[in-house]
Amino acid sequence: MTKKTIPLAITFITGIIIVVTFFIPHPPFGRLQEDSLVWYSVIFGFTMLLGVDSLVRFHATKLKRRERGSWFSIIFFLGLLLSFITGLVSELKFGDAFKVQSSFMYFYNYVLIPLQSTMFALLAFFIASASYRAFRARNIEATLLLITAVIVMLGRVPAGYMLWHKLPPITSWILNVLQLGPMRGIMIGIALGSVAMSLRLILGIERTYLS
Amino acid sequence: MIQAFGIWVAAGLTLCIFSFLYGDNPFYKFAEHLYVGYSAGYWLIYTWHFTIKLMVIQPIAEKQPGSLMLIIPLIFGFLMLTRWFPRIAWLSRWSIAFTVGIGAGLVLTGAIHGYILPQVKATLLPLWTGKWITSVNNFIIVVGVLTTLIYFYFSKEHKGVIGKTAKLGIMFIMVAFGASFGYTVMARISLLIGRFEFLKEAILKLVHFF
Amino acid sequence: MNIWERLGKIDRRIVFLIIGIVVLIPIIFGLKMSVQISPAVQSAYNAINDLKPGSAVMISIDYDAASMPELQPMLIAILRHCFDKGLKVILIDFWPLGLPIGTQGLEQVAKEYRKKYGIDYVNLGYRPGDIAVMLRMGLEIRNVFYGDISGTPLDSLPMMDNIHNYDDIAIVVGLEAGSMGDYWVQYVNARFKQKLILGVTAVMAANAYPYVQSGQIVGLIGGLKGAAEYEKLVHHPGFGHVGMASQSWAHVAIVVFIILGNIGFFVERRRGKRL
Repeated sequence: MTKKTIPLAITFITGIIIVVTFFIPHPPFGRLQEDSLVWYSVIFGFTMLLGVDSLVRFHATKLKRRERGSWFSIIFFLGLLLSFITGLVSELKFGDAFKVQSSFMYFYNYVLIPLQSTMFALLAFFIASASYRAFRARNIEATLLLITAVIVMLGRVPAGYMLWHKLPPITSWILNVLQLGPMRGIMIGIALGSVAMSLRLILGIERTYLS
Repeated sequence: MIQAFGIWVAAGLTLCIFSFLYGDNPFYKFAEHLYVGYSAGYWLIYTWHFTIKLMVIQPIAEKQPGSLMLIIPLIFGFLMLTRWFPRIAWLSRWSIAFTVGIGAGLVLTGAIHGYILPQVKATLLPLWTGKWITSVNNFIIVVGVLTTLIYFYFSKEHKGVIGKTAKLGIMFIMVAFGASFGYTVMARISLLIGRFEFLKEAILKLVHFF
Repeated sequence: MNIWERLGKIDRRIVFLIIGIVVLIPIIFGLKMSVQISPAVQSAYNAINDLKPGSAVMISIDYDAASMPELQPMLIAILRHCFDKGLKVILIDFWPLGLPIGTQGLEQVAKEYRKKYGIDYVNLGYRPGDIAVMLRMGLEIRNVFYGDISGTPLDSLPMMDNIHNYDDIAIVVGLEAGSMGDYWVQYVNARFKQKLILGVTAVMAANAYPYVQSGQIVGLIGGLKGAAEYEKLVHHPGFGHVGMASQSWAHVAIVVFIILGNIGFFVERRRGKRL
C-alpha cells in the first residue's frame, strides 16, 4: 500500500494545495503555498543528480563490458573529474566556484562554452542540407510552407530589403497576422492538453511517473 | 600565457566538433564525450552551491526564521537518490510525487489563467473596425485560430463543413510552420556566425600573443 | 541525368562548404549591412526608454552557450541602454549553464559604464524551482534570494533597500532560449501584471507573436536580427551588426539551394511522367 498509495496521495494533496492557494492566497493558505514552493525548489535541485547518475552508470557499464569504442567513456570520466575537482578546489579556495578568477570558470570558458556552442553551430550546415534535399513543392500545402519560409528567410535579413524594399513589411504582416492565428490555435491546443494531463496526474488517473 | 593556452584549447575543441561535417571520427567523439563529462561535473557543483549550500545550509547557519523546516525537503531530496538502491528505490516515489503534484498544480492554474484566457480574449476581435486593413487583419486572425482548432479536433470525422474548415486550417498551419522554419534557419546560421567570429578572434589574439 | 537533375542531387559536403564560405567571407572582410527596425523591437526599446532614472529592471538569463550568439548581444545592448538611462539592473538566472555567461556580460558592461555593484546593479544568481521561484518573488524577493550570487545578504546592498517584489520592478526582460519565457508570461504577467519584454532565439520568435498581439508582453526581440536592431537603437553596433552580412548571404544561399533542388525535382518528375 505504501509503495503506490502514499505517493498518489502526496501528488493529490500537493496539487490541490497549489490550486486552492491560487484562489485563496490569504493566510494560512498563502503560507502553505510559500512553504510548498520552497520545498519544491530544494527537491527539484536534487533531480539534476539523477541525470548525472544515469550518465555515469551508462559509461561505467560500457567500460565494464569493454564494448567497441568504450575507451571514449574514459574521456567522459576525465571530463567529469576535471569539472568536479576544479569546482571543489574553487569552492574551497574562493568559497564560491563561480568567481571569475577561479579555475572552475577558466575551464567553463575554454572547454564548456566552445564545445556547447559548436555542437549547436553544426546544425546550420544540417539545416541547409536538409532544406536543399527535403524542401519540395510536392503539393499545395508544401508549396505554401516553402513560399512562407522563403519570404520570412529573406524578409528578416537586410538582403531582403535590398532585393525589394516591400519584403520586410510583407514579412512583418505574415508574422503579426497570417501566422499568428494558427500559432495561437496550436498553443491553445497544447495548453488544453497540459490542463488535461495535470488533472489526470492530480487525480491519480495517470501513474506512469511512479514506475 | 594561460589565456593563450585556453584559446588554443577552445579553438582546437571547436575544430574537433566541426570535423564531424566530413564524417564521424575519433576527434569528434573525443570532444563529444569531453562535453558530456564536463557538463555532468558542472551539474554536481551547481547542485551543491545553489541548492544545498545557498538554499539549505546558509539559512540554517544564519538561523533564519523557519529554516529548520528545510531539513524536511533536504530529506526528500536525498530520498530521490534512493533510486540508486533497488531495495529502497520505492522511497524515491515520494519525492517524485511531491514535485509532480506541485508541477501539475502550477501548470493547471498557469495554463488556464496565463495562456488560455488571455489568448482567447485577444482573439475576440472586432471584424469591422471602420478601416479595411485592420478589419481584414482581424478577420484573418480569427479565422486562423478557429480553423486551426477545428483541424485538431479529431473526435468528429473531417467531412462536409468540418472537413472544408479543417482543410483551410491546414493551410494556415503550413503558413505558420513556414514562418517557424524560416526563423529556425536564421537561428542556426546565427550560431554558426558566432563560432566563426570566435575562431577569427582566437586567431587574431594568438597572432598578437606571439 | 541532365544538368538540372544533377543540381537536385549535389553532395551534401559541397552544400556544407558553400554555406561555410558564404558565412566566413563577410566575417573575414568585416562586411556590414544596414538594418531596418521592426515594430516589435521598437516597442521593446520604447518600453525601457520611457522608464524614469532609478527604476529597477530585472533581466533574466534563460539561455546557455548554445544560444549565446543570439542572446548575448541582446543582453549587452539592453544593459547599455539601462546604464545609459541610469536604471538599476537586477540579474537573475534560470539556466544553470548560462549564469557565468550572463555574469560576464553584466560585469563587462558595468565596467564600461563605471557602475558600482550593490548600488547600480546586483546579480542574484540562480535558485532551482523555475515557476516556484517566480511566484515566490511576487511576495518578497528575499524569500527566494536571501543573498546574492555570492551569498551577500540583500539587505546589505543599498540598491535593494526599496526593492521587495514585482511592484518595485518596472520591467522584466527575459532572454529566452527555452520555455521560461512562457512561464514569465503565464505566471508573472498573469498574476502580478508585471510588464515584460521577451528577447528570444529566432527558433522561438514565431511562437511569441501571439503574446505581443494580446498585450501580455510589451516588446519582442527575436534572434540575431533583433539584437542588431536593438544595437542600432542604442547607437552601439556590436556582434548583432557584425553578423548581418553573413546572415543575409547565408539565407540567400539556402534559398538558391532550395530553388535548385525544386528545379531538379520538377524536371525529374516531368521526365518520369513522359516515360
